[in-house]
Amino acid sequence: MSADELKHAGLNLQEADPLTHEKAGEAIFGFWVFLMSDAVVFALLFATYGVMLRGTAGGPVPHEVYEIKSAFIETLILLSSSFTFGLASLAMKYEHKRHQLELWLGVTLLLGFAFIGWEIHDFVSMAAKGEVPSRSGYLSGFYALVPMHMLHVTIGCVWGMVMLVQIRKFGLDPMVKINVMRLSLFWHFLDIIWIGIFSVVYLQGLA
Amino acid sequence: MTVQSAWFWAIGRIDLHSFAFVRAWEDPSLDKMIAAGAASLVVLGAIAVFAIITKLRKWRYLWQDWFTSVDHKKIGIMYVILSGIMLTRAVIEAVLMRMQQAVAVNQPGIVAPEHFGELFSTHGSIMIFFMAMPFLTGIINYVMPLQIVARDVAFPTLNSISLGLTVSGAVLLMISLVVGKFSTGGWSGYPPYTEMAFNSGVGPDYWIWAVTLSSIGSTMTGLNFAVTIYKSRAPGMHLFRMPLFCWTALCTSILMIFAMPPLTVATLMLALDRYLDFHLFTTDLGGNMMNYANLFWLFGHPEVYILILPAFGVYSEVISTFSAKRLYAYRTLVYATMVIAVLSFTVWLHHFFTMGQNANINGFFGIATMCVGIPTGVKVYDWILTMYRGRVRFTVPMLYAIAFLVTFVIGGMTGIILATPPLDYVVHNTLFLVAHFHNMLIPGLLYGMLAGYQFWFPKAFGFRLDETWGRISFACWVVGFYLAFMPLYVLGAMGMPRRMAGVFQGEYLPWLIIACIGAFILLAALGALFVQLVISIRRREKTRVPAGDPWDGRSLEWAISSPPPEYNFAVIPCVEDRDPFALRKEQGRAYQPPHAYEDIEMPKNSVLGPVLCIVGAAAGFALVWHIWWLAILSFLGILAAVIVSSFSRDTHRVIPASEVARTHEHWLRTVAEARAIPRELETRSANEGLAESAV
Repeated sequence: MSADELKHAGLNLQEADPLTHEKAGEAIFGFWVFLMSDAVVFALLFATYGVMLRGTAGGPVPHEVYEIKSAFIETLILLSSSFTFGLASLAMKYEHKRHQLELWLGVTLLLGFAFIGWEIHDFVSMAAKGEVPSRSGYLSGFYALVPMHMLHVTIGCVWGMVMLVQIRKFGLDPMVKINVMRLSLFWHFLDIIWIGIFSVVYLQGLA
Repeated sequence: MTVQSAWFWAIGRIDLHSFAFVRAWEDPSLDKMIAAGAASLVVLGAIAVFAIITKLRKWRYLWQDWFTSVDHKKIGIMYVILSGIMLTRAVIEAVLMRMQQAVAVNQPGIVAPEHFGELFSTHGSIMIFFMAMPFLTGIINYVMPLQIVARDVAFPTLNSISLGLTVSGAVLLMISLVVGKFSTGGWSGYPPYTEMAFNSGVGPDYWIWAVTLSSIGSTMTGLNFAVTIYKSRAPGMHLFRMPLFCWTALCTSILMIFAMPPLTVATLMLALDRYLDFHLFTTDLGGNMMNYANLFWLFGHPEVYILILPAFGVYSEVISTFSAKRLYAYRTLVYATMVIAVLSFTVWLHHFFTMGQNANINGFFGIATMCVGIPTGVKVYDWILTMYRGRVRFTVPMLYAIAFLVTFVIGGMTGIILATPPLDYVVHNTLFLVAHFHNMLIPGLLYGMLAGYQFWFPKAFGFRLDETWGRISFACWVVGFYLAFMPLYVLGAMGMPRRMAGVFQGEYLPWLIIACIGAFILLAALGALFVQLVISIRRREKTRVPAGDPWDGRSLEWAISSPPPEYNFAVIPCVEDRDPFALRKEQGRAYQPPHAYEDIEMPKNSVLGPVLCIVGAAAGFALVWHIWWLAILSFLGILAAVIVSSFSRDTHRVIPASEVARTHEHWLRTVAEARAIPRELETRSANEGLAESAV
């Protein structure tokens, strides 16, 4: 078994850190399995949203509710954060100066917070117009799906902050590396879910 | 702030009438007294356990050696203990229900209709989530890592967390006996009945949070087992050399990974409806309760195979061991298991044929359902052919396996009836259905788990279970089952609906009485099981099997001492065959000392599991009773516990090679001194766990 063998899907440490690479196989594969399970959760929330779409109960309909500008800016923010996380992962793999990892992870988190803030602003202005989950089945479906994604991003941000502290405290020990790799998978996964939300919820709603 | 609002702030919706005792004090009817009696059993039981542990000064021991342990073997045993406790409650409830129906023909029964609704809801919820799931999770936890020769599961702390979450769900169910009332919405909790508009009490909330906690635990369990099987097998243990039990464990785990999330989603969305005024499943404002039915059964049907597949695995091991033969058509059995697992996702709609789809959709799902019978039938033939020309020994596990084969086939036949939509229209929602699924799950889950318990008990504790009481218990389980459930087929065909608190057709009575007698025999079976355990513990000196192989086993869990050391195998062997231990015994090299020992790294104890158990139960309780401060505190507690534990770097300890060598060589001496016995003596005290085939 050589160090350049792929042990799991996604970014592998390989010869950059053979020892952690050896441990990562099981740890990262386990996280992939978790993501599959989480993907089922989102799949069902998407399906539910689709089912509920017609249940507007005489209330607001999708194209009255959504704003393409806002959703597009959120998309840009989140996609950029995935890119910056990519840079963070590369900085970690090749152990460039540690502050590079911290920098890119920090930028990613800032983008994450910006995304959350923007979304909360969206929800608040929707609520001000009376577009709340108690109004209709359709809005319930929306609020079950989109805030669930936001909750995930929030957890990702908290996790990222914990990782920043741990990088300071432990340096790049195997556990830190493995957890950054897991967080990166989580982050990219949420990006993919968001692309689904952008297409299925916002674009479809405004079409 | 008024007194009332301060009160609500502190303890939420709890008031004096929430307590079963107060309700019984005010209205001492039989119904309320039964509820109060059950509540006092819970309270007294808890106090007694607490007092005994304190008196014996065992708290520290329990905390250090059990609750915080991440050893898969101990976690497995704790799962099985949980399942035994919950089984006892649910069987007693079953007896009460059978009594009620036998009594309440043209007259009021012993419990009020509302109470009867709670009984069938808790009975179902417990049997599925807190008896069956913990039982199979416990046995897989114990056995699977030993069979694939791993030191532990892939994520030992996560394993302890899964147990903690399952226990916290069970605790909520027990608390619901004392404070408040449980749901009357059945184990499937269908809205709109369980929505706020029709059911504003705490019952559905108890159901939601108990089930949610356990479903998250089961998802994590599935993940853990699947990764363990994929990544932690010993060298040479190719997938197609795994014992069949591991294959069924793998398929069950995959089903858990994909089928538990729909349940979590369904219960959480119901919670959104109830707590935040969403309209996902309500009757008004665009809610869609059919979506719940789909989500629930998208979980519910794979769940049936989550329950049944591990039992299939146990039977495969038991039948092959007690027929002293290689498993017949191993590969076919593996493929059949996989096919069942895949098909399980294609049949969920047969749970609601009558709820408005068109005939073509019903037709598709009906045919898909019947297809499940094909791989299952293949399995039945494979087991029969394994016995064919074997030297079959009728030990207790084998008796369960044989009872299963016969009984399960009958259940399968009635399943085909129910899978035919036009016939389903006739018997749906009747006792025919109740009879059918008990006919599948009692042989297909309970007998299997009991067989596994009898089979692997000597491995876990180092002594055998009493044979006579095992047979008495077995006889009661089988006779009780036929008496309790065959009449239900008749009643269902006569048109008796399920879940009736009383009936007005005198002609049902004889059948109901027979079923009631059957229920009492099942209770006796459970009693006999406990008697067996007590007697076996008392006589353990005569039934010790320290050499570790009481049944002339074929797979590697039998190749180590009973009970096994914490690290399972002193040296990880290389696996060269499908029945590796049988092969080694044949070649006379079953107990060879290894060339060299190495240090073994094992995970350290973790408090995360028990902490999340306590905080999870607190969160559930707070949400049920709207005690918001406690709910927020619990969620912060969960977050804090997880973050703090992620800072721990001192997670492993090393067991020095010298200690491993000492333990292992001591055991090898025990083996050398043991007398090898022929199979005729395996249930006698001469059985020290060394088979004649080994020497």
